[in-house]
Amino acid sequence: MKKLLTATLVLGLLGGVTLPVQASPEQDLKEFRDYFKKRFPNTPFDDLVNGVYSIDAASREQWEEIEEFPPYELNIEKGETLFNTPFANGKGYADCFDKGGIGIAHRYPFFDQESGKIVTLEGSINTCREANGEQPLGWSKGAIADISAYMHYTSRGQVINVIVPDNPAAMAAYERGKNHFYAKRGQLNMACADCHVYYSGNKIRADLLSPALGQPSGFPVYRSKWGGLGTLHRRYGGCNKQVRAKTYKSQSDEYKALQYFHTYMSNGLEINGPSARK
Amino acid sequence: MRHTAKKLFKSAFSTAVVAGALLLTSFPASAADGASSVVEKGKAAAFDRKKGNCLACHSVDDGTLPGNIAPPLIAMKARFPDKDKLRAQIWDATVVNPNTIMIPFGRNKVLSEEEIDQVVEYIYTL
Ligand code: HEC
Ligand code: HEC
Repeated sequence: MKKLLTATLVLGLLGGVTLPVQASPEQDLKEFRDYFKKRFPNTPFDDLVNGVYSIDAASREQWEEIEEFPPYELNIEKGETLFNTPFANGKGYADCFDKGGIGIAHRYPFFDQESGKIVTLEGSINTCREANGEQPLGWSKGAIADISAYMHYTSRGQVINVIVPDNPAAMAAYERGKNHFYAKRGQLNMACADCHVYYSGNKIRADLLSPALGQPSGFPVYRSKWGGLGTLHRRYGGCNKQVRAKTYKSQSDEYKALQYFHTYMSNGLEINGPSARK
Repeated sequence: MRHTAKKLFKSAFSTAVVAGALLLTSFPASAADGASSVVEKGKAAAFDRKKGNCLACHSVDDGTLPGNIAPPLIAMKARFPDKDKLRAQIWDATVVNPNTIMIPFGRNKVLSEEEIDQVVEYIYTL
């Protein structure tokens, strides 16, 4: 802040120009919400958790039928069993988390003051395993997605409330994620925002583009294309690939930062994961 | 359709004649390629999902399931009296609009220079 002030002063002295002040996360959030409110005036804010189905009456009915006998039901059960199976040392996941890990998924991702890093739910699942002498699980599907699905299921209805504290490392992660979201990338030169902000609600070929606001709430998602569950980072990789961009590893700092920004933008919405998607 | 067939026949015929004139050197394996016109090649490149995939965003000609991100590609001659401008739009749309979602096909080598020429010829017939 001090630095910024000095810079403004110097610039002011030099040429009488005002330095564009970096928008605060709060300002970003307000603009983001206002944008989607205007773009989809008929979609109630709370309904944005349903992704593309929140803006498409045509596919919604069919999707609601699918959600009545959800394809991820078995995954929740598997996740619950895994969650409750003790490690070799007799401890379990419940010992690693606040409230025994029940109803807490909406607190993720968060900035950890101690390590100066972004912590995700999946990251914490593997941290828990390693702290108890177990091998970490693969990151983007399979057992970790099942456990995450169970933990999200117990958190349905809890409101996303990602906090960006006044801390340089937290702000840096937020800015990194924001930059990933808005920067054009890949051989096809497209940004996340191109598809999920500026042309959300439009069709790219036969696919309707969902609004970015609300996307994270339903994860992990079951996709027929995947034939199973996948985490948010798995989806990031897929969307990076579509534009022939470099992909990052699931749980890399890059995707954690993206998730931090992306989920912050969904603050105020309820967790409704896991969910079914095309 | 008739028109296309006739053209196809004609160039296949001339290929055969040339091949004959070359004293029956092996008949080119790419006879089918050689036979299709520039416009047809352009259409193929424009429709190919791995190449132009223009249908992702534009409705084009008889292409099915077009996206609705961008204006339909029609009346191109009227909209682009200067063909070079049309080519430039396809080569790098960010020159005109830095924020465009349209792919810089030439700059990023998504299409070869030859393919862009072919796409231009095709689009110009619309
Ligand atoms: C070329 C267009 C395009 C780009 C660029 C793109 N996406 Fe997507 N994305 C899609 C399509 C199409 C879908 C599937 C339909 C939908 O839900 O929007 C999708 C789906 C998603 C979903 C799943 C939503 C759900 O409810 O299941 C997420 C999350 C997502 N994208 C995030 C991103 C992020 C983050 C980026 C940038 C790293 C990005 N996308 C870039 C086209 C794109
Ligand atoms: C990912 C989306 C996308 C794809 C793919 C795409 N375009 Fe575009 N195109 C646009 C948009 C959006 C515009 C409108 C101008 C702008 O926003 O820059 C446009 C504009 C144009 C224009 C100018 C139209 C006018 O009347 O001004 C032409 C010509 C054009 N595109 C041709 C093509 C061709 C040919 C292809 C395929 C080889 C193609 N586009 C692929 C998004 C796309």
